[in-house]
Amino acid sequence: MGVSIEVINLNAWYGTNHSLQDINLKMPGNHATALIGPSGCGKSTFVRCLNRMHETNPIARATGTVRIGDLDIYADAKPVEIRRRVGMVFQRPNPFPTMSIYDNVAAGLKLNGYSDHKHLDEIVEKSLKNSALWDEVKDDLRKKSGASLSGGQQQRLCIARALAVDPEVLLMDEPCSALDPVSTSKIEDLIFQLKSQYTIVIVTHNMQQAARVAENTGFFLNGRMVEFDATHKIFTNPSDKRTEDYITGRFG
Amino acid sequence: MTRIRFQQSLEDLKENLLVMAGLAEQAIQRAIEAYRTRDLSICDLVSRSEIAINRMERDIDQSALDLLAMEQPMAIDLRFILSVIKINADLERVGDAAKSISDRVRHMERMGSVELPVDIPRMASMAADMVRRSLQSFIEGDAELARTVLTMDDAVDQMNRSSYKTLTRVMEESSHLAPQALNALMISRSLERVADHATNIAEDVIFWIQGDDVRHHKSVAAGANATPKDASSGAAPTGAAPADTTPAGTAPAQS
Amino acid sequence: MSTGALQLRSRFRAVTDHTVTVLAVVATILVIVPLAVIFAELIYKGVSSLNWDFFTKVPAPEGESGGGMANAIVGSAVLLGLASVIGIPIGIGSGVYLAEFGRGTKLANAVRFTADVLNGVPSIVMGVTAYALIVATHVSFLPFLGHFSALSGGVALGIMMIPTVCRSTEEMLLMVPHAVREAALGLGVPNWRSVLSITVRTASPGIITGCMLAFARVAGETAPLLFTALGNQFWSTSLNEPIAALPLQIFNYASSPYEDQRRMAWAGALVLIVLIVLAVSLVRYVTSRGVLKGNS
Repeated sequence: MGVSIEVINLNAWYGTNHSLQDINLKMPGNHATALIGPSGCGKSTFVRCLNRMHETNPIARATGTVRIGDLDIYADAKPVEIRRRVGMVFQRPNPFPTMSIYDNVAAGLKLNGYSDHKHLDEIVEKSLKNSALWDEVKDDLRKKSGASLSGGQQQRLCIARALAVDPEVLLMDEPCSALDPVSTSKIEDLIFQLKSQYTIVIVTHNMQQAARVAENTGFFLNGRMVEFDATHKIFTNPSDKRTEDYITGRFG
Repeated sequence: MTRIRFQQSLEDLKENLLVMAGLAEQAIQRAIEAYRTRDLSICDLVSRSEIAINRMERDIDQSALDLLAMEQPMAIDLRFILSVIKINADLERVGDAAKSISDRVRHMERMGSVELPVDIPRMASMAADMVRRSLQSFIEGDAELARTVLTMDDAVDQMNRSSYKTLTRVMEESSHLAPQALNALMISRSLERVADHATNIAEDVIFWIQGDDVRHHKSVAAGANATPKDASSGAAPTGAAPADTTPAGTAPAQS
Repeated sequence: MSTGALQLRSRFRAVTDHTVTVLAVVATILVIVPLAVIFAELIYKGVSSLNWDFFTKVPAPEGESGGGMANAIVGSAVLLGLASVIGIPIGIGSGVYLAEFGRGTKLANAVRFTADVLNGVPSIVMGVTAYALIVATHVSFLPFLGHFSALSGGVALGIMMIPTVCRSTEEMLLMVPHAVREAALGLGVPNWRSVLSITVRTASPGIITGCMLAFARVAGETAPLLFTALGNQFWSTSLNEPIAALPLQIFNYASSPYEDQRRMAWAGALVLIVLIVLAVSLVRYVTSRGVLKGNS
């Protein structure tokens, strides 16, 4: 089941660059929230703060509160634990190149010590079904390597891999930007179905995509969140002029 | 500023709509003039302009459709194009009403003139004024001016109702005046329709500028829903950006 | 441009193209030719001495003919085994440290610098150092010090392997795309586990190549063995004794006054090269089969 995400006074730095300033936001559970904004506005940084991947960069730091469900992820838990509850799908599909499809999906579990092999088969099948890839690969699970699939299939494999550890939240950082329109549509349909089980946060450059998949949308600009509202409102009648200028293409 | 070609296309669309608006407004003015002077040559002018108006309606709809398909307009641009499509239809109807009035005038001219206790000219000038104002509000993107048009509609409706009462009484009492009275009644109704179309145009302008759908309200308080964009002036909202609105609180989530 | 000038231009281009191709082929031939010549020479001179005795008997006593290099072949295998056990783990471990855990630290820079210097140390200096540290040192309770031994030879060769393995491991690990590491971290895998199970595994073909390069290099080293393993006419029974090695035996026989011993030196050289090639190919075959199967 998905949980809500609450962000209070989040600030983030890369070295001396204050890349996120005073972000406050509440994202409801079992909904998809889209984050839009021009390049360098901080939306990717923000999303990486939600699973503490921001900290993998040695010069990065963050302050503030991020509550996933009722867990304060900065105060109450370690990054490794958080990342098992908050999954991530990246911009370029990145399946593990030396592993088969089966092993890719199972990687999150196996590398964290899971050893129940009977259930592993079930989990792998369920994850691949949930990411709409099962039918295409079910005969080649252990024979084909993860890297031998097409781009769209690889991305769905990465989604299956993220889902296999049973997270509550799924973060997606421009998941379709490297894919063709057909693959993009498949993944958008997927996101629509996944909403019922997970909370989804999706960063996208493509406003039409945000409009298609997300109930709520946040607009980021220069490290601040300028506006956050229902998607249909943002795209038909935003409250802030800067939002309007961005979505009508007058800048950015 | 990016999307220069798109901005230019929007300007062109507006230009074309204004040309058509000019034709429609002129048609109404001429129809009213024809009523006043019973001059048949003016009726001919009205009939001919009808053809041009219809052709422009098709062209404008096509341009708008193309822009929607090709440019993925959002927010204010989307509302603008939707408004243009609707105003386009209303203007074509105004042209139709003008033709209808001029046809009535031809009939009345054949019958000879009589004095009728209704002030068609006054009603006509009010309707024409509403059309002019609504078009002005479109040109300037002025939602406040558009709202004034909404209040004027009640007056025209009232005048139409009282014309109806007066003219039915005339027809009952002096049956030989019935044909002229009937024509006058139809003209009154056409003018009431023109006023309605002007109201629609004004509502569309308000939708475009403020994103408010104010249709079908009995009476509309002027400037009820001020948003930060009201501080703008000019054809498209420009001006200083409002202060950073950082919404705390839950977003209105829809299931 | 007129058609005449255009034609001239394209003619010129075609000629240049052909010339460069020819030069590239010539360069390739120049590289292959010495290798082919060496092999041809070895086969020609040495194949006559290859017989069953060569592979089964120890060298004949002074003055007698016959005998073989069986003990040298086994001895080399033992020494290289020891060297690998010492050099590969330390080399890979330090390579992993340099690439994954110590990036940018002063310690890492020092380690890297040391490895590069060590690479350039002449092999005879390695031998002398090993001699001083192991053969010439006497500590009563440590039985492996104080004499010529296979162990000391293995240590000398092992230390020579370390820099090559370390640097190539580091390079290969750095080539693993950042995206792969991020994927592992994003799944909540601890960093150390991600490094071992994902990064190292992804880079393993390259790391293995690095190990084999180091192996092939030390397989032919003679100078370090002169002061450590020393050589042995007979079979060695323990690692604490001197042991025979192919390079040593070749060296001894090549400078021998006896004709058939000199011929056996050629045979030894041929066998040495062939064994190195076989060892490398075997490792390649075994590891590539593992990768295709997608072992968990």
